[in-house]
Amino acid sequence: MTTITGAQAVVNCLREEGVKTIFGYPGGAVIDLYDELMDATDLEHILVRHEQAAVHAADGYARATGEVGVALLTSGPGATNGVTGIATAYLDSIPIVILTGQVPTPLIGNDAFQEVDIVGITRPCTKHNFLVNRKEDLVQVMREAFHIARTGRPGPVLVDLPKDLIKAQVKFDDKKPLRMQSYQPNYEPHPGQIAKAGELITQSQRPVLYVGGGVILSDGYQELRDLAKLLNMPVTMTLMGLGSYPGDDDLSMGMLGMHGTYTANMAVSQCDLLISVGARFDDRVTGTLETFAPHAKIIHIDIDPTSISKNVKVDVPLVSDCKRALAELLKWFQNSSSTVSEFRGEAFSDWHAQINSWKEAHPLTYQKDDSDIIKPQYVVEMLDELTNGEAIITTEVGQNQMWAAQFYRYAHPRHFLTSGGLGTMGYGFPAAIGAKMAMPEKTVIDIAGDASIQMCIQELATVKQYNCPIKIAILNNQFLGMVRQWQELFYEKRYASTVMDVAPDFVALAEAYGAVGLRATKKSDVKAVIQEALSTDNTVLMDFEISREEGVYPMVPAGKATTEMLLV
Amino acid sequence: MKHTLSVLLQNKPGVLSRVTGLFSGRGFNIESLCVAETMEKDVSCLTLVTRGDDNIIEQITKQLHKLIDVIKVTDASEGSFVEREMVLIRVKAEAHTRAEVLRVIDIFRGKVVDVSAKSYAVEVTGSPSKIQAVIEILQPIGIKEIIRTGTIAIGRAGKNK
Ligand SMILES: Cc1ncc(C[n+]2csc(CCOP(=O)(O)OP(=O)(O)O)c2C)c(N)n1
Repeated sequence: MTTITGAQAVVNCLREEGVKTIFGYPGGAVIDLYDELMDATDLEHILVRHEQAAVHAADGYARATGEVGVALLTSGPGATNGVTGIATAYLDSIPIVILTGQVPTPLIGNDAFQEVDIVGITRPCTKHNFLVNRKEDLVQVMREAFHIARTGRPGPVLVDLPKDLIKAQVKFDDKKPLRMQSYQPNYEPHPGQIAKAGELITQSQRPVLYVGGGVILSDGYQELRDLAKLLNMPVTMTLMGLGSYPGDDDLSMGMLGMHGTYTANMAVSQCDLLISVGARFDDRVTGTLETFAPHAKIIHIDIDPTSISKNVKVDVPLVSDCKRALAELLKWFQNSSSTVSEFRGEAFSDWHAQINSWKEAHPLTYQKDDSDIIKPQYVVEMLDELTNGEAIITTEVGQNQMWAAQFYRYAHPRHFLTSGGLGTMGYGFPAAIGAKMAMPEKTVIDIAGDASIQMCIQELATVKQYNCPIKIAILNNQFLGMVRQWQELFYEKRYASTVMDVAPDFVALAEAYGAVGLRATKKSDVKAVIQEALSTDNTVLMDFEISREEGVYPMVPAGKATTEMLLV
Repeated sequence: MKHTLSVLLQNKPGVLSRVTGLFSGRGFNIESLCVAETMEKDVSCLTLVTRGDDNIIEQITKQLHKLIDVIKVTDASEGSFVEREMVLIRVKAEAHTRAEVLRVIDIFRGKVVDVSAKSYAVEVTGSPSKIQAVIEILQPIGIKEIIRTGTIAIGRAGKNK
């Protein structure tokens, strides 16, 4: 046991958890922590230009690596600026720890300068949060914060650190295994439920694996691949699940839901068994609930009991870590009698024939013509081709996000980072910074809209400062495109406040920040621009002037059945 | 249907607002809520009465469990529980009704806890239905104020306990 300052204790705790990079922004309440960090040369601190970006970057870091991301913000406005980032991570179950400064304990509650009740503000958008109000609790709280963030269903945890505790002398002892009386997430699937699930699969004729972000969060993609292959079962993924199963594999039907493929939505509507793995029956996936998988028995694997039977009643609930449940199912099939090995392959052949006929009738596509107008889908296809599908793609929100989901074939997990649950414009660029900091050898591309990119554009200075070369591909339609598309379809083309034709010259703006700006105005420019961007060792902002009123299709109108798709 | 949930929680600052925030954020309702320390100083027991069909009660129970500071959730409507509530009622008590009030209170095993020239404040403890009954009976005499504690519940000892 040693006695050190609170700031030193915080830094020690970060080391203990294996943290190497922190994203943050200083201020009075955390000045002592920053002073300490200056000497901690093994902890890299990335000074962002807006606190929202610090949290998104920590989130991108976590999504790309599976490790806990860390953001450090000052009290008051620093902390409130981070809230959008925290809510973004919360809705996608991303493990991050946010450290916020707080006014000294004797001043708490007095409306002191830069005091806000950030614990109160973030209570509904964190997995858990703490205000450390006794110096004796500091070390334990830090350890619990990381433990809670990364275990069970992961999520953001905020620790509010009053300034006097950071300066105080605290006792620091070695880390012992944590045991929290009221928090013990269950990882192991119930063997009886595994057997029930196995039997349902054996009895099914038309199964579909419906896979969400839980498979990626639990690193269960190998088990998913093995199970799908062993049983020859078709797979569809949610937006958050993309990359958990290779997009170009025969068994993949692509994404389902509002902008999912025709095949995936038809297959779900016709299947007799839906095996949901780490997905949560979100309204963007199900459309009207009564019409979702109406003929199917449902197996639902999820680590969070509240996800199960929240929106849809299920037949076999399996509360478990997705990876563990998939591994146990795999074992069940490998150990079962010959009847099981007979059943697979053969039994689903009609089903695969049906699926293939859907794939042929309505593949994912767009209207192609001979003109030299740039189609956004073409840009994404070219990004895919020229990076061999190996880049980490982040997205902003809107049409750009959906085209990025549809036309890049994700071969690997943790390569598609997008704000699925909250749909946060401004997410993609800072998230790309987090991912690139974690994986400097990877090409990281933010597929952006011209409006979204402006929400965190100031981070161009951050990437300059840290030599962190990101590629930004703006699919520039001079509209709030996704909202415009709804107005086109459901509001008689009344484009209320969605025209964005007043914007900076993005190429000049990039250059003003010390990045490279490239513009493509013709389809025939696209390839060369991407190639140049990929071979430039600097941040490159590519401004693609795309066909302005292009839509995202297929589309299931909100409140409709997923079989009622508007097609290209 | 009405359910009484008994929730054991870590006795930490802000824990009550985690529970109430969950109810308001997710649109569940709370009819009454009572909270105090248990035998263990760092554990509190919160008893709340809510309404909903089985799905809603299942969600409420799971969501409560999910709160990091919640140790245990028991549905006191299932199995064998004793439920009690206390009410303080200020009832008009003038010359011609005093005897009547006292008689009613006596039947319900209540007590007079405050007396003035024109009213009594009475205390009655009992099951929620008994509390409802005493209120209904005193109503015609003239109730001026009602303060209820909300329900608390304790499990009945099993034969082997
Ligand atoms: C922070 C935030 N504000 C508003 C919205 C609502 N919204 C969803 S998509 C969209 C338009 C996005 O426009 P742009 O970034 O240009 O992308 P496009 O759809 O044109 O590809 C808006 C305003 C949002 N998702 N996030």
